[in-house]
Amino acid sequence: MKKTLALMLSLTLGAGLLSGCVSTRPTTATGDVEGSSSPTQESSASGGVVNVYNWGEYIDESVLEDFTAQTGIKVNYQMYDSNETMYSKLAGGGAEYDVIIPSDYMIARLIEEDMLEPLNFDNIPNFSDVDPELKNPEYDPENLYSVPYMWGLMGVIYNTTAVDETDLGSWDLLWNEKYADDILMIDNSRDAIGIALKSLGYSYNTTDEAQITEAVDLLIQQKPLVQAYVMDEIFGKLEGGNAYVGTYYYGDYLTMLENNPDLGFYIPEEGTNIYVDAMCIPKGAANKENAEAFINFMCSTEAGLKNCEEIWYSTPLLSVREALDPEVSSDPYAYPTADILAKCESYAGLPQNILDLYDSEWTRLKSAT
Amino acid sequence: MKKNGIFSRLFILIMFLFLYAPIFVLIVFSFNDSKSNAVWGGFTLDWYLQLFQNNTVLSALQTTLLVSVLATLIATVAGTAAAISFYNMKRKVRSACLTVNNIPLTNADIITGVSMMLLFVFAGQVLAGLSSWLNAQSWAESAGLWFDFGFNLGFPTLLIAHITFDIPYVILSVMPKLRQLDPNIAEAAQDLGATNFYAFRKVVLPELMPGIINGMLIAFTMSIDDFVISYFTAGSQVSTLSMVVYSMVRRRVSPEINALSTLMFLAVLTLLIVINLRQSRQEASARRRPGVPAEPAGEVLISLEDEDLDQDAPQR
Amino acid sequence: MKSKGIAVPYVVWMAFFVVAPLVLVVVYAFTTRDSGFTIENFSSMLQYAGVFGRSFLLAFLATLICILLGYPLALLLAREQSRLRGMAMLLIMLPMWMNFLLRTYSWVFLLERNGFFNTLLATIGLPKLDIIDTPAAVVLGMVYNFLPFMVLPIFSVIEKIDPRVIEAAQDLGANNLQVFLRVIFPLSLPGVLSGVTMVFIPSVSTFVISRLLGGGKSLLLGDLIEMQFLGSAYNPHLGSAISLVMMIIVLLSMGLMNRFGEGEGEAVLL
Repeated sequence: MKKTLALMLSLTLGAGLLSGCVSTRPTTATGDVEGSSSPTQESSASGGVVNVYNWGEYIDESVLEDFTAQTGIKVNYQMYDSNETMYSKLAGGGAEYDVIIPSDYMIARLIEEDMLEPLNFDNIPNFSDVDPELKNPEYDPENLYSVPYMWGLMGVIYNTTAVDETDLGSWDLLWNEKYADDILMIDNSRDAIGIALKSLGYSYNTTDEAQITEAVDLLIQQKPLVQAYVMDEIFGKLEGGNAYVGTYYYGDYLTMLENNPDLGFYIPEEGTNIYVDAMCIPKGAANKENAEAFINFMCSTEAGLKNCEEIWYSTPLLSVREALDPEVSSDPYAYPTADILAKCESYAGLPQNILDLYDSEWTRLKSAT
Repeated sequence: MKKNGIFSRLFILIMFLFLYAPIFVLIVFSFNDSKSNAVWGGFTLDWYLQLFQNNTVLSALQTTLLVSVLATLIATVAGTAAAISFYNMKRKVRSACLTVNNIPLTNADIITGVSMMLLFVFAGQVLAGLSSWLNAQSWAESAGLWFDFGFNLGFPTLLIAHITFDIPYVILSVMPKLRQLDPNIAEAAQDLGATNFYAFRKVVLPELMPGIINGMLIAFTMSIDDFVISYFTAGSQVSTLSMVVYSMVRRRVSPEINALSTLMFLAVLTLLIVINLRQSRQEASARRRPGVPAEPAGEVLISLEDEDLDQDAPQR
Repeated sequence: MKSKGIAVPYVVWMAFFVVAPLVLVVVYAFTTRDSGFTIENFSSMLQYAGVFGRSFLLAFLATLICILLGYPLALLLAREQSRLRGMAMLLIMLPMWMNFLLRTYSWVFLLERNGFFNTLLATIGLPKLDIIDTPAAVVLGMVYNFLPFMVLPIFSVIEKIDPRVIEAAQDLGANNLQVFLRVIFPLSLPGVLSGVTMVFIPSVSTFVISRLLGGGKSLLLGDLIEMQFLGSAYNPHLGSAISLVMMIIVLLSMGLMNRFGEGEGEAVLL
């Protein structure tokens, strides 16, 4: 009995796998035989799905439900912990995403490697609400591929009850032996190597291999002091007082502060990173129109405000910034003043040989004893 | 053998404490009205409520159950058939097959996982290329056909991966039963006029049943507990429970996860009790029918060497 | 029973989904991104000697601890009455059936600096146990997760030892220690070997346990491989090469071990 059942199941399954592989030729069959985009896929913006791949802890999840309620498009939502992880998943192939939200430098790389689909801005009317300062950015000069989602600064987060005030001010806190085993280091190559480069006084975007190697040597020196390499694990660790020093994004600091009022934040004097995370559509996405609808929805005041009040990152949307509590919208770290901005440098795209060096140096750091 | 003394019993107790204390702590804290993992903040069922509204977890649970059940059923049928045919093979062919069969068992999960991921991606690309080649052909155009064989990782690849690592367990638990089988019984049935298939169904299959059930049980366990292979082969569309938990514990951990642990523990406990009852019933009926040994549940013979099959093979 | 043909689907299946993937791993290991031939992935392997060393050391420690805890447990359980024995076996299997990730997470929960254990220790005035994010926590996680894989095979082999053999040894004047060393232990060796395989292989290749309990500092082979495929340093070619080397070392050591235990070579158990 079970056997018959299993046989039937496997047969129906096989049939299911095959169906949809062969269909009638679409009347508008263009010469585009390269892409595997199927004509049977949902093409209208009503119904269907959109596969979203976003950072962890980076959305008010009720926004997704709002989107589905409004458009009928189901959101399949997955999360990554760093730009590099997202890149691996995309480059490895076999994954299917319609919207991704990488940071500036990663967008530059994806454009360079022809991994993004140009957006149809006719479907994204809310783009007009984006701060003109953030339009046509360096990573996407003609603004063909990306719509800013959030932006912000990176800095040092510390526990005011455990860290002496005299030790603050510089990236050196992350190398301070007094706090051995209480330090959390960021777990992605660009940020970690970047911090070391800055504390050595170099540019984030150096292409001097010796400087990068020197930075990684510095990180290897730091390794014995590090309690753990973390991305979003940092929330629990700092909030619970399990570690005292870490480095993360300002918006997340505000979230942590809600749960642990003892936490402090500063921008190191050597300078820090300013970043923009923007929504893009990967090449060959099956549900491009749904993706554009999603991007447009995320740029609405309502969704933007909800997200902003959940994750506290800086919004690129003018209407949202206006609607925010003035105390938030005048926060000098969230919406930095000129003197803070002067200390900030953003990550630029790097040439392939330097990217390879980053990967191998990162592996060298992580595998060091 | 002698009975265990007080110290031995104490040792056993400590070991069980080691195995269960962490689980019990999670169970207790699943009712904790605070996000802290150290301080008790009063009793609540909130985490359970939140868990039941968590669509990610619920759909992952559904995927996990579906893939485990399907993979188990298919692997059981395929594995039993394969074991039977092994039995009739020439020794050289058989030992070659057994070697391949042992690969998923001896290989680290991560290697099985990444290798299958490479295969699926490669196959997807080859087939996508094939479809576009076919679509460019004039005969396809005139027939108005549109081919699209290309695929991404998803439920089908996840299922294939699970079937692949389940089959060896089924084979290895059915084989010993086959060896115990008296070939004369099937022949006797055929002499008495049974057709091939009838003899198989009525005579051979019941004899193999304990092995098949064991294999099925092991396959199901392996499927439902798997993380690594699913992680590499599920792609972006579906997630199993383990994958969701992995992503949950690497972010800000919500006590929902404690509630989930509690529920998983209870489900497994119930399952084991049911199996235990079935087993003791079996034992009881076995006692009435002497000569048929009861099979301990969840036990499978895994031979990493095939020597027990080839006892007459020359020693290396 | 004569149907040889039913093996065909199985053989095709295994060729496709077991052999072909491994062939691809080999191909990837020997190629570059532009699909040219290279052995650089292997020649740079020495750089990761530390990771290999650490993985094998931690897995070895975990296996050793599993034997030291699991063997006596299996032996003692096998001496209990049959009713208790069945119960005990189920109780050993039960955690194994619960989700592996949840089991590992339970230790994150317990061991965190201000977590359950340390709060408990502080309350009764003991010093803190600061092992989260260290190799010690990783070994603990391995032992906890894989201990049942050691106990079960040893138990079922010992359970099957014919009591008459032991009686015979006693009749011939052997004392308890001699009975154990000369009779029980040699007969239980296949169970131990199988247990070792089933603990060592998942330990040496894990990336979950080291990631969750090791704080991303004690990188193991599994982490290194995962990092190259889905992690923070995409290079599937290097990942394949590392996988290949790991596979060969593991198979060699397992082969060596089984050779050492040969002659006992009976079926082994999960």
